[in-house]
Amino acid sequence: MDEAGRRHYPEKPARVYLFGTCLIDLFCPEAGMDAVRLLEREGIEVHFPAAQTCCGQPAHSSGFPEQTRAVALAQLRLFPEAWPVIVPSGSCAGMMRHHYPRIFADDPRLLSEASALAERVFEFTEFLLHVARVRLTDRGAPARVALHTSCAARREMGTHVHARTLLGQLPRVEVAMHTHESECCGFGGTFSLKHPAISSAMAGDKVEALKQTGAQTFLSADCGCMLNLNHTLQKRGDPLQGQHLATFLWQRTGAEGEQR
Amino acid sequence: MSARANILQRLRAAPQATPPLPPDVPAFHAACHAGLAAGTRAARIALFCEKMAFWHGEVVRVTRANWPQTLRELCVTKGVRSLLHGEPHTAALRAAGIGGLKPYDRPVDAWKKELFEDTDASLTSTRGGIAETGTLIIWPDVDEPRLMSLVPPIHFALLDADQLYDDLFGAMREQRWSSGMPTNALLVSGPSKTADIQVTLAYGAHGPKELVVLMLVNEEELK
Amino acid sequence: MNAPLQFVPASAFKQRAAAAVADAHLRSSFRNAMDFLIARRAAQFPDAPALERQRAFAEHIRKYSLARLPDLLEQLERKLTDNGVSVHWAETPEEANRIIIDIARRHSTRLMVKGKSMVSEEIELNHAMADAGMEALESDMGEYIVQLDGEKPSHIIMPAIHKTKQQIARLFAEKVPGAAYTDSVDELIGIGRAVLREKFMTAEIGLSGVNFAVAETGTLCLVENEGNGRMCTTVPDVHIAITGIEKVVEKLEHVPPLLALLTRSATGQAITTYFNMISGPRKPGEKDGPRELHLVLVDNGRTQAYGDEQLRSTLQCIRCGACMNHCPVYTRIGGHAYGSTYPGPIGAIVSPHMLGLAATHVLPTASSLCGACGEVCPVRIPIPDLLIRLRGEAQHAARPGEKPMLGQGAAQSRLIDIIWAGWAALYTRPALYRAFGWLATRFRALTPPMQSGWTASRTPLQPARRTLHEQMAARKRS
Ligand code: SF4
Repeated sequence: MDEAGRRHYPEKPARVYLFGTCLIDLFCPEAGMDAVRLLEREGIEVHFPAAQTCCGQPAHSSGFPEQTRAVALAQLRLFPEAWPVIVPSGSCAGMMRHHYPRIFADDPRLLSEASALAERVFEFTEFLLHVARVRLTDRGAPARVALHTSCAARREMGTHVHARTLLGQLPRVEVAMHTHESECCGFGGTFSLKHPAISSAMAGDKVEALKQTGAQTFLSADCGCMLNLNHTLQKRGDPLQGQHLATFLWQRTGAEGEQR
Repeated sequence: MSARANILQRLRAAPQATPPLPPDVPAFHAACHAGLAAGTRAARIALFCEKMAFWHGEVVRVTRANWPQTLRELCVTKGVRSLLHGEPHTAALRAAGIGGLKPYDRPVDAWKKELFEDTDASLTSTRGGIAETGTLIIWPDVDEPRLMSLVPPIHFALLDADQLYDDLFGAMREQRWSSGMPTNALLVSGPSKTADIQVTLAYGAHGPKELVVLMLVNEEELK
Repeated sequence: MNAPLQFVPASAFKQRAAAAVADAHLRSSFRNAMDFLIARRAAQFPDAPALERQRAFAEHIRKYSLARLPDLLEQLERKLTDNGVSVHWAETPEEANRIIIDIARRHSTRLMVKGKSMVSEEIELNHAMADAGMEALESDMGEYIVQLDGEKPSHIIMPAIHKTKQQIARLFAEKVPGAAYTDSVDELIGIGRAVLREKFMTAEIGLSGVNFAVAETGTLCLVENEGNGRMCTTVPDVHIAITGIEKVVEKLEHVPPLLALLTRSATGQAITTYFNMISGPRKPGEKDGPRELHLVLVDNGRTQAYGDEQLRSTLQCIRCGACMNHCPVYTRIGGHAYGSTYPGPIGAIVSPHMLGLAATHVLPTASSLCGACGEVCPVRIPIPDLLIRLRGEAQHAARPGEKPMLGQGAAQSRLIDIIWAGWAALYTRPALYRAFGWLATRFRALTPPMQSGWTASRTPLQPARRTLHEQMAARKRS
């Protein structure tokens, strides 16, 4: 499902909110910072509500609806202005955009708030491409990269298309396809803890497929997949490491010095 | 309470939101084919032949006048020693001089073993064909019972090109199936097959190993 | 309630899964077969918007049929009875088996030949028949192979997909009297054909499943390629069809849209060799066909799913197997690891209703929720949502006023409850959460080197030097 196919995109705004996600907050804050830098370079002011924590997905997918609701409710009112909410993770964006309205379906007032919020939630690459309408300038050496978007990003947010299109703006970056590209990397949140044998078999196959492309690095729009694959590679003593797309794009397009 | 009553009672007790509207099949069908020109006879014939060939079925074009003769030749080439057929075709087959004719003239129970072990081929009529999928429509009846199209290793089927439909829904609607179905109705697309061993396709799993469609066409369509 | 026919303890599932994952041979045979089926299906649906339209319509038909299910079942029964078919209803597997065995006994049955029927697997009919001193022989090639080896199907459409032709060759040479060793697929199929034709001729009863039951005409539709289904439903004197109660559609014209998706989704075929529509037993004057025709309608937990509007969508399933073919977990572990009749995603959402959550709560957890199943399901069952829901029901008591599911709360754990309560407490208190982040980053060196299942194949996770919260706050201040 490609969001772009059915979603109406607003004009480029002056201000946005950033929802950083709990994984990025604790484990890959650089990805969040790079997303902020990219947005600011487009002349967009980024607001980061300090009360944000987690979208609630871990409890949601584990079958704890009460806790999910409590945590989701704690995020619901953090974005009072009508600005877009940018989420540098496909699965958290999918949670807020597609699942929040269902979580609050039984309460008309919360439902209308959740639906209004859902309308303003954009996955980071989707926003760059369709709302900020960036034109990226490639300032790096020729590179071959692979792309692994998370399953939620792919199926709920169409991120694989957005990311590929964005990378297509970089003439010296070649995006290599890997076999079984649409297949899950085996992270799945608590799945990786509950079913380690299956999860690691999936992660193992994914890293093999990524390695076979001969790419120097692989990119992901989700911190969860990236951590799963990077730590799997590290355990194998493999030098290949993945990067968050925001980080790659920021480094590639000239970083600080190039602000317009 | 009986199982029936319990089951129905549980189903009826379940909450029901507003039920969906009845599906509008004709509208859906029309929407799927919007933009496609209505199939011509020539297009249907060509598509049917292509699809039937894909299923490993053979299509031989024949006319009303020459089909028994063509069938005789096919029987000779394929080494058919006995041909099972229904009463209505007896005269035509006899006239063509086909050897080993075996009419299906008594209940199977009396000659099951012979049917299974000593019948090389069969000839059946069809009620038409479906171009989209290369499919024969067969409604077995008193004259041409069910097992004719299943047990003998070679199945010859007579198909009138006038009875070709674009697709299954079209055939059902034109032939008004919903106003009464026979005890058994069949769609047959090629000879029997299986891919159950290592997804390798093999023909003649339990039914016919060969399906030969004798398609009745006009003289000029013989090619 | 009797004990469930199958019980899938979490530990046993995990053990089997680990063993399957470590079996390179099994891994590659499932991977190759699934890749093949995925490619075949994809080739049938070149036009994505058209496919979406078809899926939406198929979903509509199934939802409409389910909304009218009790009426349609009664209409079907009336029609079939008019057509001379005996209709039986069974709430449990035991009841279904008893009905079938009674019919078989009445006909002094020695041999029953079976066409492919997952419902008969679900009720373990073969065991029940054996206990009653009668033989039940599978005649679908894949099912025959699996039965000959004393196994169960590993896939609902391709039962013997886990076996190589060499394994089958050895099996036939060993178990089929007079069969010489050959690993030619054509010859192997020839051996099966010869053995089974003999059986079709002698069996007193043929049993089959049902793909669609049409209420308006009283027609039972069967989809197959081999012709064994036609043999079972035509040659023996008695035909017993068995089906779950959810398979009814109202009209004949509802069949083509479903059929078109079923065969294309299952094996990437535009249609199967045979589509067999049966509306009655042999009529006077007809020369073949069964003299007696029975339909057994089986509940076995389906009414439980029906009782809940979200879980009801489980019953939309047309058993195409596409969710399995596309499931990265199924592809890794194969069908046997699940230990339930229906493996893969469909198994995980349907088995809890048949066997109860106590016996099956591990199944819905065996998914990364990647969504591949829901994306390909031809009737658009929201499989991931149902998996999440079942995870919840397994870990919680029923809400007040709601009827508990069979095995409700069977996986409830004090420890897990405490962990999630703590999690929610932390993530609903922003100041506390930030303090936690501050601590975790300051003491990152103390990250435990062993982190449950994570570190089995990964290096440990370690917090960053400063959280995003801190960095953003610092920016604001500067
Ligand atoms: S759940 Fe959907 S995809 Fe899976 S078998 Fe049923 S119909 Fe097919």
